Amino acid sequence: MEKPILRPWLAGLIALVVSLPAAAAGTPGTVTVKLPDETARFKPGPGVETAARNCTLCHSADYIYMQPPLSRAQWQGEVTKMRKVYGAPIEERDTDAIVGYLLSQNGKPE
Amino acid sequence: MTREKTSQQAEPSSAGGRRRFLQAAGALGGLALLGRSAAAEKSVELPMANGGRQLATYPQKRELILMTARPVQLETPMEVFNTGAFTPNDAFFVRWHLSGMPLSIDGDAFRIKVGGLVRQPLELSIADLRNNFEAVEVAAVCQCSGNSRGFFNPRVAGGEWGNGAMGNALWRGVRLRDILDKAGVSPGAVQVRFNGADNPVVPATPDFIKALDLDVARRDEVIVAYAMNGEALPLLNGFPVRLVVPGWYATYWVKMLDSIEVIDREDDNFWMKTAYRIPKNDCACMQPGEQGVKTVPINRLTVRSFITSLADGARVRAGRPLEVKGIAFDGGYGIARVLFSSDGGGTWSQAELGKDHGKYAFREWRAPFAPKAGRSYRLTCLAVNNIGESQRFEPRWNPAGYMRNVVETVRVTAA
Repeated sequence: MEKPILRPWLAGLIALVVSLPAAAAGTPGTVTVKLPDETARFKPGPGVETAARNCTLCHSADYIYMQPPLSRAQWQGEVTKMRKVYGAPIEERDTDAIVGYLLSQNGKPE
Repeated sequence: MTREKTSQQAEPSSAGGRRRFLQAAGALGGLALLGRSAAAEKSVELPMANGGRQLATYPQKRELILMTARPVQLETPMEVFNTGAFTPNDAFFVRWHLSGMPLSIDGDAFRIKVGGLVRQPLELSIADLRNNFEAVEVAAVCQCSGNSRGFFNPRVAGGEWGNGAMGNALWRGVRLRDILDKAGVSPGAVQVRFNGADNPVVPATPDFIKALDLDVARRDEVIVAYAMNGEALPLLNGFPVRLVVPGWYATYWVKMLDSIEVIDREDDNFWMKTAYRIPKNDCACMQPGEQGVKTVPINRLTVRSFITSLADGARVRAGRPLEVKGIAFDGGYGIARVLFSSDGGGTWSQAELGKDHGKYAFREWRAPFAPKAGRSYRLTCLAVNNIGESQRFEPRWNPAGYMRNVVETVRVTAA
């Protein structure tokens, strides 16, 4: 009595067939995506835990490594922007550690 | 019986009609909605400091250049632009501002709220747009304000794009003006502002909201698009609808558009008043470190052109004529001509323009090139639009890294 469920290939085939008239009729249907796992990591360095804890909430680690090497003042400016402009809940006492970590990862010699 | 079992696996919370179930089953069964992990670790090196980028395959996308994972930003490899005037949906660049973007959208339940200073607030479904408004199409380039930011010198912080944060598509939808007229804009309206279904993950982060002056919003070509190159928009490009503002930078092309609000003032939210602004002068440029420069919201695209058939550093075969191909575009006046040079701009010849897809679209061009053995060449191109605007020979600089349109050079050697 327990009939086998639709085989995946059959379900896929029907979905393709059925989605054509749906598209033609202008009903968009539901689209669901699953994004690949983040692969960029906060690399080891002084203050990595503080930085990862504070930065990860809003963005992936690649936001750090894709930047051009930045000076201390520039990284300080970025952290301040995250706090004051984007409202990141970064404790003031954590900012030095975060700036130090960012400099260790992608700092410009001064 | 069978249906329920599969449906539960696919979508536990769904009451689910047959079509819904089938779509869900289809997604599980391998429609291209699952991105492959980037674990394969293929990578490219963009020509800038820290230019290493992974290649990654995201849902509804082919393998693209991964700039950032969250919010996701994907860049189109330049070779894609050599395959035609229209950028395929699965190769189109992706740029989100806020990590709280929906990963599932029920396009049938989706509504666009039209409100603010209007006589009759509306809630429009996609079916409403398709059935109750005139459908219009426009071919238009969508280009990130910061496309090519990684080539600024001195470098500036931000999304470090190469040249691939741009694409051209045939957009189909309804005129924003028709929507505004249906709602009836009340006296005193100054701007129309647009919000999408994406949200910040921290409540204090400014929601991504953009605004256009009423006269811009009412232009013929500004549309709310439900189709892109004849298909639904990929989710990462704003499914089920996005604003399309031909000739203007992509920052205004709000994705997953779910709110259109007429307001009686210039919008003063962060993304208009503070971000996406350019120096208020003819070149939208300034000196590094210069203070007190007045700014305005970024707006119209500058003129650009690229060689697409040859990459920098390519080796070409000597002794037989070859054709160099490329694209050009501008902010809505149309390309008048493209000049090509094989000696770094010493001498120029006029390229042959390809089919005209309209004044907002990519314009393909081609030019003959006869390389001689043992020689190196600096190939360059220069586009001029129909009001005489051209590209810069000296790159502009501004602190946000916007509007690059310098004449680009590709170096090749012949053997």
